[in-house]
Amino acid sequence: MSRFLSLHVLRLLPQVAALAVILLMISFAFPDFFRLEIQNGRLYGSLVDILNRGAPVALLAIGMTVVIATKGIDLSVGAVMAICGAVAAACITSGHSLAVTLLVTLGAGVLCGLWNGVLVAVLDIQPIIATLVLMVAGRGIAQLITEGAILTFNDPGLIFIGSGSLFGLPMPVVIWLAFGIVVALLVRRTALGMLIEALGINRRASTLSGVSTGVLLIAAYMLSGLCAAVAGIIAAADIRGADANNAGLWLELDAILAVVIGGTSLLGGRFSIAASLIGAMIIQAINTGILLSGFPPEFNLIIKAAIIVLILVIQSPRARTVFAWLSRSRGAADGAGQDRADRAGTGQEAK
Amino acid sequence: MQSDNPLVLAATGIDKSFPGAKALDQVDFSLRRGEVHALLGENGAGKSTLVKCLTGAYRRNAGRIVLDGVEVDPRDTLEAQNLGIGTVYQEVNLLPNLTVAENLFLGRQPRRFGLVDTREMNRRARVLLAQYDLDIDVAAGLSGYSVAVQQVVAIARAVDLSGKVLILDEPTASLDAHEVAMLFRIVRRLRDRGLGIVFITHFLEQVYEIADRITVLRNGRLVGTQEAAGLSRRDLIAMMLGRELADAADDAHGRAAAGAGEVRFRFRNYGRSGRIRPFDLDVRAGEVVGVAGLLGSGRTETAEILFGAERADSGTAEAGGRRLDLSSPRAAIREKFGFCPEDRKVDGIVGDLSVRENIALALQARRGWARPLGRAEQDRLADHYIKALDIRTTDREKPIRLLSGGNQQKVILARWLATNPDFLILDEPTRGIDVGAHAEIIRLIESLCENGMSLIVISSELEELVAYSSRVIVLRDRAHVAELSGERVTTAAIVEAIAATERAQA
Repeated sequence: MSRFLSLHVLRLLPQVAALAVILLMISFAFPDFFRLEIQNGRLYGSLVDILNRGAPVALLAIGMTVVIATKGIDLSVGAVMAICGAVAAACITSGHSLAVTLLVTLGAGVLCGLWNGVLVAVLDIQPIIATLVLMVAGRGIAQLITEGAILTFNDPGLIFIGSGSLFGLPMPVVIWLAFGIVVALLVRRTALGMLIEALGINRRASTLSGVSTGVLLIAAYMLSGLCAAVAGIIAAADIRGADANNAGLWLELDAILAVVIGGTSLLGGRFSIAASLIGAMIIQAINTGILLSGFPPEFNLIIKAAIIVLILVIQSPRARTVFAWLSRSRGAADGAGQDRADRAGTGQEAK
Repeated sequence: MQSDNPLVLAATGIDKSFPGAKALDQVDFSLRRGEVHALLGENGAGKSTLVKCLTGAYRRNAGRIVLDGVEVDPRDTLEAQNLGIGTVYQEVNLLPNLTVAENLFLGRQPRRFGLVDTREMNRRARVLLAQYDLDIDVAAGLSGYSVAVQQVVAIARAVDLSGKVLILDEPTASLDAHEVAMLFRIVRRLRDRGLGIVFITHFLEQVYEIADRITVLRNGRLVGTQEAAGLSRRDLIAMMLGRELADAADDAHGRAAAGAGEVRFRFRNYGRSGRIRPFDLDVRAGEVVGVAGLLGSGRTETAEILFGAERADSGTAEAGGRRLDLSSPRAAIREKFGFCPEDRKVDGIVGDLSVRENIALALQARRGWARPLGRAEQDRLADHYIKALDIRTTDREKPIRLLSGGNQQKVILARWLATNPDFLILDEPTRGIDVGAHAEIIRLIESLCENGMSLIVISSELEELVAYSSRVIVLRDRAHVAELSGERVTTAAIVEAIAATERAQA
């Protein structure tokens, strides 16, 4: 069991290290960065902000990890967030209770996932194309629901999901942590994780071994839809309104990035939800750090891109062999230097 | 006539190994000027590996290649082309979006003032194709023409570029009879011009129609080279599938079916149109039914329909009076079926998963995702089968793709044995694996059979089939054409059955 645990820790090491380095760098610029204080029974501080602001991407990354593990990709999650935000706002403003609103919204997200899953698993359309359909159409659907306007609401229950707090933590943080833990347990305590990995590595061999690959594929996209729905509710609750044009805009790319930073291959197979969640936090830490540092906003995207390229280069297997080669040749050079010094020493002795 | 011709190409002692498998073992091949030389063998016999070694696509590990009396060592296909060895592949290696003339002169277009002289190029292309009786618009896109025309264009380009040796790799696979006749006219004309032509195919009628000599490879070894005129169809099939007929007398004939019990599985009129013609099949408990036939005869199709990988569209399957549901692999596994597919890499292994997970996969899939096999249980299963089947791996957590072919095959077998099946279908279980693992897998088949399992084993190794089968089904042209049992299970009888139907069809 301890070997099992240590394997998992090793797996997460590069991500944890990257996150730690980024946080340290920010704290050099802002000595107050790590300060946490409690006001009215709630934790405040930059770290909490990162956890809070990163909630949508973290939630999307959970579903995205599972979809990518099946050798797929879900480009529609940003648009699904917009749809679900619109559904939630429309539901609550037309007088439905919070429970009904949440159920309908989550249902809408799952339905979007079902659509993607059927396109991929049954009609055998390439995932990137299949989900592109909803990525493009989704914002249109959301605009139809909000009738082109930003649909605002005042329901305290719904707003609580965006800005309330539980156990001293902001509600969004509690939600993504809980969701992440539940999904991670679900895939690792059952056989789902292994079957998904087998499907992602070799779908045909898995089918011939009796794995219900079609059902699993659809389920993966439905989970991604569900995650997008939760993220959509949080995004809408945060601004107390549904903005069909901007809710979740480009977040699908951040979610994919989080998964990639987390070390899950886009070729499918082995995956780690925890690593993707750390990846999401790395992205948010970069965002927050750049904002805090007061760079002109036009630099933000470039700096973010540079940092991410750096992280990916360090992770790439080729870079690893280069590092190994460098350290070996440096070791050899040191050895040779040592050798020369020794000889020089003996020369001196001879004198 | 041709036998007096000097050799244009002589390859001796060609060796080629891939990690975990020897693809060519001391193969000799010679080609005379002005002959068509057919290169035959089953899947994995080493035909394409040999061709790739000759054309420089692969680097051989050992052996000499002499072209026109000079030793050559082509490092890539371009160099081989310049030396005089041209190749035309089954899937035409031209650019369909360019014109016919551009395809013919790609990389060596006639130029004027530094620009491509299209008119001159088209004129030359017409002259070139006229030699092949092909009068087409050379300025039109290649993709507008039939595969046969594209094939001729590819040949014209290869001959124009190389001109000593022409290798045709399955050129007739997608042509109709008329187009084949046209292609053969061209091949004969090139032969009469003195080219040495290597012709790879699995249509035996075509071999006898066009080839002067025949070379047969099996399992990466040279079986023999013979004049086509002096080689009977029967002897040729024997060369491709089994030992020489001279040795067939002392054949160990099939296992007595005495140990076999009641008929356990009963297939009636079972088939799928376009894949395999309906057949009847009974399989008893504790017997191995062998399946023999040439490449493309419907062997794998039979396996896939029995396992539900392809759904049957006619007939019934029963066990003990009960209808079986074989609509999908999943359904078949529920009926306690198992299937080791022919193409281990594509259909069998899940490369990045560990040996442990690969062994547990089918059992886990049958239990469903909600009832996971505990880690301890998986470890126990993996350790048990690693020991029982002598799977050579440093560790049960090693990704299966790092194992050798024979050990991968044992892991796939273990995956099915872990589900404790009643009926196991093995498609070419010993292909491409080393001799040691080969013998172990055969022993395993025999012991499974003794323990009462029903097995169907497909193999192009006839000695192997007769060693463990109590009956052998012979296939030809996607139909079951004969069933041999008891004393009649001999390599000679199997070859006879395949050849008999060959004659009947021809």
